Amino acid sequence: MTKALVIGEMLNGELGAATFEGIAAARILDCSNVAVMIAGASIELAAEQAIFAGADQVFTISQGPAADGEFDDLINASYKIAKEIEPEIIIGSKTIIGRDVMPRLAFRLGTILVPDCMSLERDAEQRIIVTRPTYGGNVNARIACVGQPVVISLRPKSIDAMGLDQSRSGAINEIEFTSNIRTRIIEKIEEKSEGISLQDAKTVVAGGRGLGGPEAFDSLQELAGILGGAVGASRAACDAGWVPSSFQVGLTGKTVSPDLYIAIGISGASQHMAGCSNAKTLVAINKDEGANIFKEARFGVKGDWEKVIPAFIEQLHELIN
Amino acid sequence: MTLHIVVTAKQVVDPETPTSAFLIENNKVTTSTSFAPVINGYDEQAVEAALRIKEALGDVVITVLSCGSSFALDVIKKPLAMGADNLILLQDNAFDNLIDPTLVIRALTSAIQKIGDVDLVISGRQASDWDNALVPMGIAELLDWPVATIARKIDVIGNTVKVERVLPDGYEIVETTLPAVITVSNELGSPRYPNMRGIMGARKIQPTIWEINDLGIEYQSTEIAMELISLEKPIKSIETELIQGEDEADAGRKLALRLREERII
Repeated sequence: MTKALVIGEMLNGELGAATFEGIAAARILDCSNVAVMIAGASIELAAEQAIFAGADQVFTISQGPAADGEFDDLINASYKIAKEIEPEIIIGSKTIIGRDVMPRLAFRLGTILVPDCMSLERDAEQRIIVTRPTYGGNVNARIACVGQPVVISLRPKSIDAMGLDQSRSGAINEIEFTSNIRTRIIEKIEEKSEGISLQDAKTVVAGGRGLGGPEAFDSLQELAGILGGAVGASRAACDAGWVPSSFQVGLTGKTVSPDLYIAIGISGASQHMAGCSNAKTLVAINKDEGANIFKEARFGVKGDWEKVIPAFIEQLHELIN
Repeated sequence: MTLHIVVTAKQVVDPETPTSAFLIENNKVTTSTSFAPVINGYDEQAVEAALRIKEALGDVVITVLSCGSSFALDVIKKPLAMGADNLILLQDNAFDNLIDPTLVIRALTSAIQKIGDVDLVISGRQASDWDNALVPMGIAELLDWPVATIARKIDVIGNTVKVERVLPDGYEIVETTLPAVITVSNELGSPRYPNMRGIMGARKIQPTIWEINDLGIEYQSTEIAMELISLEKPIKSIETELIQGEDEADAGRKLALRLREERII
């Protein structure tokens, strides 16, 4: 019997996508017993959801610093579970939580995390083989995970979640562990942009260095408004101070997967593409005819955004109203 | 009392290298020699963060620590030109093309212990080649030091470190005590350009070189958790439809019509 431990996550009071994807990954690897850890206030419903989603056992932490999102205790708790159930594989996600928790959990267990996995399978010898991007997406590495246990993190939205089966049942237990917080959260400061959030938007209009300055983002806001979408940006545009860093799409920014992604004045460096390559349709507008973005786009317009966008907006007004 | 900061810095392939210039040979990623290596961008920001602490506190020594099989000296000495005080290179063939960074983490940790009086380790949040974000976490766990990641601002007040940590929609202030490991993100701001005085000063500083035998590491190659099977360039299957018009504005209008036709908008 192969056991998996999924380090699950909550998102806005509900079971997060990371948890569903982690459970699905454990099933892809034919794990016969899947345990899930989740932390957060009032998580009874989420724990049940995890069972329906394919977990056999759920460990909950419903109070204390871990439930508030303190990494140190999430690591302490997951370490204790891992020692107790001795899974063959531990699966997390490369989310804001997983980026901190997964590597440190692995080191504490005497092994090392295999991060950012996009796909996974078993080979003839039953070893776990993962594929992960490197060199900013220019090179994919296939890696045999030979650690004991194997600890991996998934790139968000790389694995499809399974459907819910409400007839499934499993044990839900609150776990006890010794709290030890050494890096403490003092205060959270929200810098939320108005309107639809980037990650939820069905349409994202993103601008980059090619826009030449912050003023251009007014046109992008207008465009996003017409399409009911949100505005994003490349790291270059954020670092230049044209828009806040919360707009950043890419490897070190947000990962979005909208139906439509319109990239304007973005060269398409792989660091950026890592954040938007899940978009169903990618449109590129760029006057640099050799820009890499045209290799990744479904539709492309090679031209100056200052001429293309106003006409595009005008035509959209006619079509949509 | 002097605050001793170690900044870890990695020499990497320039991430601005065009896709077509990446070569895969013998399961190793290389580029043609016309593309010079650089210091990982986040690590330059780690140097910047250390320099800002030095400006704020005064009595600060900054040692830059790098691990690799070979170095371009003019590249790896850049932090000295920016204002760092010392450079230690952990240079050994054993560090060549490691897929599993465990040995690098052990080496850096041993070096930090060998330096002895280190109060703070600052690293870039990840390196632009493998984007692992593992090394600083590994150092923290091996040293059993607290860690704060993805910093955009670091304040050292006595024995306490306050960090503004970047979140998707804002930031949080976290606090820990020295000694600690902190990773920094691009939101910290651009690293400074070396000035002429810095460049001249850096010329006079010779890096200290430690080989793996100088570090007293007990390591067996069986300890690795990752075995490389293959490196491949991803296959792009998308076919791009270029929208053309009488002029650029016409192309913009046609784009809207085409998207409507495909029921995308």
